[in-house]
Amino acid sequence: MVERRPLLDVVRHVVLIGGIALVMLPVYVALVASTLSLDQIMTVPMQLWPGSHGLDNYAAVLAHGSERGSSAPVGRMMLNSLIMALVIACGKISISIISAFAFVYFRFPFRRVFFWMIFVTLMLPVEVRILPTYKVVADLGLIDTYTGLTLPLIASATATFLFRQFFLTIPDEMAEAARIDGAGPMRFFRDVVLPLSRTNIAALFVIMFIYGWNQYLWPLLVTTQESMYTTVIGIKRMIPGGDAAAEWHLIMATAVLAMLPPALVIVLMQKWFVKGLVETEK
Amino acid sequence: MEKRALFRSRWLPYALVLPQILVSLVFFFWPAVQALYWSVLLQDAFAAKTQFVWFDNFVSLFGDATYFASFKVTALFSVLVAAIGLSVSLLFAVFADRVVRGATLYKTLLIWPYAVAPAVAGILWLFLLSPAIGIATYALRSVGVDWNYYVNGDQALMLIVIAAIWKQISYNFLFFLAGLQAIPQSLVEAAAIDGAGPARRFWTIVFPLLSPTAFFLLVVNVVYAFFDTFAIVDATTQGGPAGATQILVFKVYEDGFKAFDLGGSAAQSVVLMVIVIALTVVQFRWVERKVQY
Repeated sequence: MVERRPLLDVVRHVVLIGGIALVMLPVYVALVASTLSLDQIMTVPMQLWPGSHGLDNYAAVLAHGSERGSSAPVGRMMLNSLIMALVIACGKISISIISAFAFVYFRFPFRRVFFWMIFVTLMLPVEVRILPTYKVVADLGLIDTYTGLTLPLIASATATFLFRQFFLTIPDEMAEAARIDGAGPMRFFRDVVLPLSRTNIAALFVIMFIYGWNQYLWPLLVTTQESMYTTVIGIKRMIPGGDAAAEWHLIMATAVLAMLPPALVIVLMQKWFVKGLVETEK
Repeated sequence: MEKRALFRSRWLPYALVLPQILVSLVFFFWPAVQALYWSVLLQDAFAAKTQFVWFDNFVSLFGDATYFASFKVTALFSVLVAAIGLSVSLLFAVFADRVVRGATLYKTLLIWPYAVAPAVAGILWLFLLSPAIGIATYALRSVGVDWNYYVNGDQALMLIVIAAIWKQISYNFLFFLAGLQAIPQSLVEAAAIDGAGPARRFWTIVFPLLSPTAFFLLVVNVVYAFFDTFAIVDATTQGGPAGATQILVFKVYEDGFKAFDLGGSAAQSVVLMVIVIALTVVQFRWVERKVQY
């Protein structure tokens, strides 16, 4: 603090609290709405304190979805989302860490070519190659499978770069010592590189878990059966079109359920989250 | 920087890069090549006849008034998302940076919207701003604003802008905060001794030193507005009313999956690819030599 200006301090706190209130408002309203009955929500203006239908609403969506929109149980969707997020996070980390290890600790023909191939994938987000990618997955018979849901999203240039940057900071002496002691490359990878990469892995895990959980366009294309829907897709399918008919109490309960796991991951792993976010962008 | 201590193996490095390369080839390169190929073909809906048409798809694309309109909507949308989003998060970051008491609490409360899926963010705001039952709509009506995004295109655009900014605030906030905390306190103190007030110090010292972060975030936010907001549009306005929120990515999807116009959709994909490549190059040039004031 350079100087004391009590008035400025007050302004600061007021702006921050106001900002936080604004940021929290949609989520608070969703939380409240998920504890009301549909009639209570339809009464304009909606009440802003929680009602008593919370348990019923959550039990209803978890077991059998909404009535007028999609009737797929949200419990199943949560499981699908969880599988998708975990497979994508672990898959991205595994295939990136081994390819980064190869790029840093080996010299082999076509090394640069492979590296550039991975770099170029950064420039090809799903959104720009929707239709042909869908066709590839359909031709491979992967529609409505977990493989189809996760495998195409598993390549990660950012994770590969992050691990590469990190491996370059591991002192050369460690690899030399390992070699003198007769350890092969995979032994060195398992006993030295992996333990040293723990915080990087944790940081990437948080980012990639959220990335996987929040996927929208891809599951929208690849899943046609209700039993394969992810939570984020499921919510959208609950809105039948025309908001008067929508069962907002159930939709909002599902929205809260969809936000919960990634929010928990961020709050519980905040330190790694900030690290992962700032470093994957470098 | 390269390693001096290396391992030797004829096959192991290939085995290690294989999974990543395989996934990239099958799901990235092959589809991208297909998009390029389709973009120069004319195909009927049942794929019975295909005809090589050179650049006709691109010519008709750029002659198409709805595509031009979609370009304009996307440009306006990304400018609004980037400009408003960055200003608001900079404001929060500057204030949070100087707060002594409760700083961690503020930070925790501001960062977690990052966890919310864009589609869910869209639906939360859809609920608040629903013409029939939204409480924000009620508040707007009571001050005389007639809010109905079903019929009013500007309001529909505003709805997706708000949802997109809300979702992105925590990301921008974290990067600005990290940028602010990297600024040497001695500079700010020196200026204070010379008699510069808080506002003057911000504009002459802090803001210029923050410009690399701001530029980086600008690129990231434009990319975000271009590509990651598909979910927001699809979950809320679906491009309507009358194309007022039909951003480019949404149009690719609609033309490809709803209208089955393969050539047209592929041509749009190619245009988008060019945009991403341009943005990525800009972003990486920045990493190499950081913008200075």
